[in-house]
Formats: sequence, C-alpha cells, structure tokens
Amino acid sequence: MTSSGASASLLRVEGLSKSFAARGLFGGARGTAVPAVRDVSFDVPPGQTLALVGESGSGKTTTARLVLRLLAADAGRVTFDGVDWLPLPAGELREKRREMSVVFQDPATSLNPRLTVERLVGEPLEIHAVGTRAERRERVRALLARVGLPEAALSRTPREFSGGQRQRIGIARALATEPRLVVLDEPVSALDVSVRAQVLNLLLELQETTPSRPAYLFIGHDLAVVRLLAPRTAVMFRGQIVEEGPTGELFSNPRHPYTRLLLASQPAAHPSERKRGGAADAVEGGPPAPRGCAFRGRCPSARARCAEEEPQETVDGDHRFRCHFPS
Amino acid sequence: MEGLLDVRGLTLSVPMGAGARARLVDGISFAIGKGEIVALVGESGCGKSLSALALLDLVPEPVRVDAGEILFEGRDVRRLPERDKRRVRGGGIGFVFQEPGAALDPVRSMGEELVAVLRRHRGLNRQDAESEAVAWLARVALPEPEKRFRDLPHQMSGGMKQRAMLALALAGGPRLLVADEPTTALDVTVQAQILALLHDLREGLGLSVLLITHDLGVVAETADRTLVMYAGEIVEEASVSGLFDAPRHPYTRALLASRPTVRDLPGQRLRAISGNVPEPGNRPPGCAFAPRCPSVFERCRGERPRLEGEPLRRAACFLAGDSGEGRAA
Ligand SMILES: Nc1ncnc2c1ncn2[C@@H]1O[C@H](COP(=O)(O)OP(=O)(O)OP(=O)(O)O)[C@@H](O)[C@H]1O
Ligand SMILES: Nc1ncnc2c1ncn2[C@@H]1O[C@H](COP(=O)(O)OP(=O)(O)OP(=O)(O)O)[C@@H](O)[C@H]1O
Ligand SMILES: [Mg+2]
Ligand SMILES: [Mg+2]
Repeated sequence: MTSSGASASLLRVEGLSKSFAARGLFGGARGTAVPAVRDVSFDVPPGQTLALVGESGSGKTTTARLVLRLLAADAGRVTFDGVDWLPLPAGELREKRREMSVVFQDPATSLNPRLTVERLVGEPLEIHAVGTRAERRERVRALLARVGLPEAALSRTPREFSGGQRQRIGIARALATEPRLVVLDEPVSALDVSVRAQVLNLLLELQETTPSRPAYLFIGHDLAVVRLLAPRTAVMFRGQIVEEGPTGELFSNPRHPYTRLLLASQPAAHPSERKRGGAADAVEGGPPAPRGCAFRGRCPSARARCAEEEPQETVDGDHRFRCHFPS
Repeated sequence: MEGLLDVRGLTLSVPMGAGARARLVDGISFAIGKGEIVALVGESGCGKSLSALALLDLVPEPVRVDAGEILFEGRDVRRLPERDKRRVRGGGIGFVFQEPGAALDPVRSMGEELVAVLRRHRGLNRQDAESEAVAWLARVALPEPEKRFRDLPHQMSGGMKQRAMLALALAGGPRLLVADEPTTALDVTVQAQILALLHDLREGLGLSVLLITHDLGVVAETADRTLVMYAGEIVEEASVSGLFDAPRHPYTRALLASRPTVRDLPGQRLRAISGNVPEPGNRPPGCAFAPRCPSVFERCRGERPRLEGEPLRRAACFLAGDSGEGRAA
C-alpha cells in the first residue's frame, strides 16, 4: 500500500469524471446528465501547492469533493500518499482522513452552528484521538492565535462572527491534525486584504515549518494570490482542465484563449485604469456544443475546426493545454 | 446630488454578560445619492455587514440598534409600519447577503424565488414572471438560464448562488442595491460582467449601490466614493481617486499596502498590518487604530479623533488635517 517510490506526487488524480442529472424550467429531472467534471488529471507533489482556477461553475469544488470522497466519482483514479484512494474501505479511509483536510468555500453552511469554536477546532483532534485533553485544549488555543482570533472566541458559536472571522475558524479547524494535504476552496475570498495577507503568510509559513509539510490544493480567483502561493496552476473551463503549467510561465505565456481572457479581465489596480466592459464579453446563453471546443462561443480565434472536433490535450514540456490554435 | 439614503448616528451593540453591552458599530453617518456607487471597505469584523443589515432593520438577535436614523427616500426605515418595511425590503432596497448559501432557502429553486419576487414587487402574472425570471438569470451571466431555472441551492456552484442572489436583489426593481461581497466567488471574467451590469443599471435606471467589498480592485473598477471602516467607525471617506492617490488615514494606507501585486515573487510574504482589531467591548479609549498605528503619538491614546472635513476627503485622524497629507506615512 505504500508508494512505489517511482512517483513523486502526494496526490495523483487521473481521468476523474462526474455528471449530475439535469433539471429544466418545465418538469423535473430528465434523462440527460450534465457533466460537471470531465476527465480531469493532475499531480500535487508533497509540500507543494497546485492552484485550481477557472470559470465559475467549471467544476473546481466538485473536483475537490471527489478527491475528498464527499462525492462518488463516475470514473477515474485518485492516488493519495501511494494509496489507491477511491476504493479504500470505510475503516481505513477514516484512519487516513486525518492526512487530508478541507476548508470549504461557504463557512456559514459548512460549520456546525451549534458547536462552540473550541469544539469545532478541537473536533478533528478528538476524532483522531490526538494527545490528552489538556494538550488538545492547548493546541486549539495556539491554532486560534495563529489565525488571528482572540481567546474570547473559544466559547462562542459561528453565528456570532463576521464572514471573515468564520473563514478563519474553518482554517484553524483544517490545520488541527497537521494534515499532509489541505484542500482550500477559496479560503481567503471572504477576507479583507490585511487579514488575507496574514492568512496567506500563515499558509506559506505552515507549509515551510510544520513537520508534516502540508501540500495545498488551492482553489481561488485572485491571480495575484495564486501567483504568490502556487508554483503550478491548472485552469478549468466547463469541467475540463484546459491548461496547466508552471504559474509564472502560464501567466506570461498563456496558450489557451480562456487563460488569456482571465488574465485580461483582472480588475484595475487604480481607478485610472478602468476597463468599462472592454475585456468582458458576454457569456454564451445557449446549450453547450454537442461537439467541438466548449470555449469556441467566446473565443476570438475560433475557426471551423473548433466546431467540429474537441481539442485533445497537447503536452509541451511541463505545460499542457487543450486548444487547436494555441498562442 | 439628490439624496436617497441618509444614515445618521447608527449605533449597534451586543450583550456582553453581566448586563453590559459592547458597541459593535459606533455612531456612523453617511449618505448615498441617486445613481451613486459607494464602496464600503474595512477590516474583517469591523461591522460592515451588520451596518448593511441595519439599513433594512434586519440585524440578527442578540445584536440591537441602540440609536440612529435610517432615512430612505426621506422616511426612517425603522419607524415604518411592518407592511411598508416589507415593501422596502426587496422593493426599494435590494439586498445581496455575504454568504448566499445561508441566505437562500435550501428547498426552493432560484427560479421559484425569482418568480415570487417579481410577482410581489412588480405585480407580474405567473407567465410573465417566469420569462422575466429567465431574463434576469441571463443578465447576471448565468449560462443556460432555462435549464438552470429549477436548480436548488445545493446544486449550484458558489459563484452561481452568488449570481442568483444578485438577480433576486435586482428583480424587484430597487432604487438602492446593498451588495455585501457580491463577487467573491466569481472568476474575474464573470466579475467584470457583473460590475458592467451594475454600471449599466446606474446609467440606465439611476440605480444607487452600496458595495461592501474587500477587493480594492473592485473598488478601483466601480466606485465613485469610498467609506473606510475600522472597529465600528467610519475612519475615512474619499472619492475613489482620492483614496488611491492620497489616502489620509494610516489604516487606509496600511490596507492599500497589504494588497498582493503582480510584482510580488512566489513565496514572498505580504505586508500584513501587525496585531489584531480590538475586540468589541475592549476598544481603547482614544483612537481605535492607535495600538497598531505606525504614526501614533501621545494624543491618539487619550482622545478620539473625529471624522471631520469635506465629505469627499475626510479622515478620523489627528494627522489628517488639510495640510497633513502624507505626514503620517
Ligand atoms: N449536487 C449537485 N447536483 C447537481 N449539480 C451540481 C451539484 N454540485 C455541483 N453541480 C453542478 O456542477 C457544476 C460545477 O459546480 P462546482 O461547484 O464544482 O463549480 P466551481 O468551479 O466550484 O464554481 P464556483 O467558482 O462558482 O464555486 C455546476 O454546473 C453545478 O451546478
Ligand atoms: N450575531 C452576533 N452576535 C454577536 N456578535 C456578532 C454577531 N454578528 C456579528 N458579530 C460581531 O460584530 C462584529 C461585526 O460583524 P460584521 O459581520 O458586521 O463584520 P464585517 O465587517 O462584515 O466583517 P467581514 O469582512 O469579515 O464580513 C464582529 O466583531 C462580529 O464578531
Ligand atoms: Mg466552487
Ligand atoms: Mg461581512
């Protein structure tokens, strides 16, 4: 069950797919299934960060939930720390779960509103019977201090906090068991820039100084943050990874037109640089193309072939992309 | 500019035990004109969301409004009869909650919610409401709106829920939109479309917007004027260019300095403001920012600076006088 040594990855995802039943304006579920994640593959090396960025609704959270086994995959294989993860029986899964934790996108609905912060952050330690009761208490206090919450927070419940404070409770909870992989689904989107800087610095520091050297699967929208945190970035569009590569290269030399559009749509850093609708083109309203490239409706360089044939993955060194006419 | 909303001396508190109450929001005042886009920024926990909820008289228990007037179109929202209050909520003022997952009804589809709003506030019949609902989903850049119509919140992605909330807030035809972090879950291409939509509604219908955001890029892209909050107070008010070019409060300057920029190197640490916001009920007697301020001096610890000066450039700081620009840098 241990790693063969041949692979340098902590998490390897191969051909992961998931569809949901479709609903419509008239009537309930119909036969057709909507693919949310299509043939997604990536690697996260130990102690490293892979960023997952992309269109809203492109399948980032679903990918995370499949990896966490909160949702059953239709197809694909996940290897975590050398273990064939998806078929792992419940007993072993429970044991190994401690190595993989998550901060969810929406803290208001993911934290149990009836538990105090002390219980919420201490719960993973209890479940995995880490240390004595006194040691766990101490640990919880230290974690809270690290995410910048006061001791007075211990006895309060999630509802008594602001959105950004709740998100920090989620981060403290996820880090409690010193996991090897932390899935971070937009962990700093709800934070103001100053607290966000504190939390990002903390994530970087923990990665360097915690004995477990956690790897991060970081889902985010802010490309400046991604650049800081992740040596590699994967870009998702309509359920697929359309481009992946070293972050610096991907940003300076994007090959897929959607990545280019993302980079061009960054909000202004100063009011004098306002774009006023320049980069933003309309989202296509029609149904997804039955064949061809899913991006072609918004693509400035689409040609006839893009309507006929779905682009397969092209590998160029350690950079890969799905486009017939890459730049 | 014609007034639309005028908030005067809004003060909120929570019980702290032993009969005492802690101030969460401390006598803030601000106004929003017709067709104006005002951004509200500030440290996490400083009271932005609670202040916004107070505009609709919706602060959650055990938080209480101790004082203040909320004049919307000249009438104090808190003193309106229940029926008129309901008409203001969703009709006069549209509201986008910070955490859409918690604000949406888990067993109602976004299409049904929209139809209900359109019938209640716009008096449409079922059929017209349905087609108008689909049109709203398209306006907030939701792909395939007909197909998405019956989606329940748990079947939507984070950014889809956020856009559904926005459609709900706008569909009632409000004069004021209060949007609490409306684009945090959106990728930048969709975010740009949403911001363009707000601009269009302002140009076309004279919509006013109170935009709560921590994203200074969104502020730079959209706002006319900015309010900066710290520990329950408004500490600076400035035109958007004034804010970026000549911030007057040391907190505003620190906030601008903690942005990640494209010049940062991978793995590089950001400049966070050291220390934490003081806890409500435990705020220092003088300036609340004094313990973290690089330019603090004697007077700041004993005396509370007031927000003084022109509405378009004022800051609650002893160093922010007319000639004090940059002195506290
Ligand atoms: N439980 C579910 N049932 C049905 N459809 C679902 C379910 N969960 C997700 N989906 C659909 O799968 C697609 C991908 O959603 P997902 O939440 O993974 O997107 P995302 O990339 O995380 O987007 P965002 O950035 O907006 O959070 C969306 O079309 C969504 O509506
Ligand atoms: N229901 C509640 N009971 C007690 N305290 C509360 C409650 N809701 C909020 N608070 C406190 O009031 C303060 C202001 O909260 P608010 O939600 O307005 O902050 P915010 O500025 O919106 O922050 P964020 O940017 O993190 O969303 C915080 O210190 C918070 O802990
Ligand atoms: Mg998501
Ligand atoms: Mg808030």
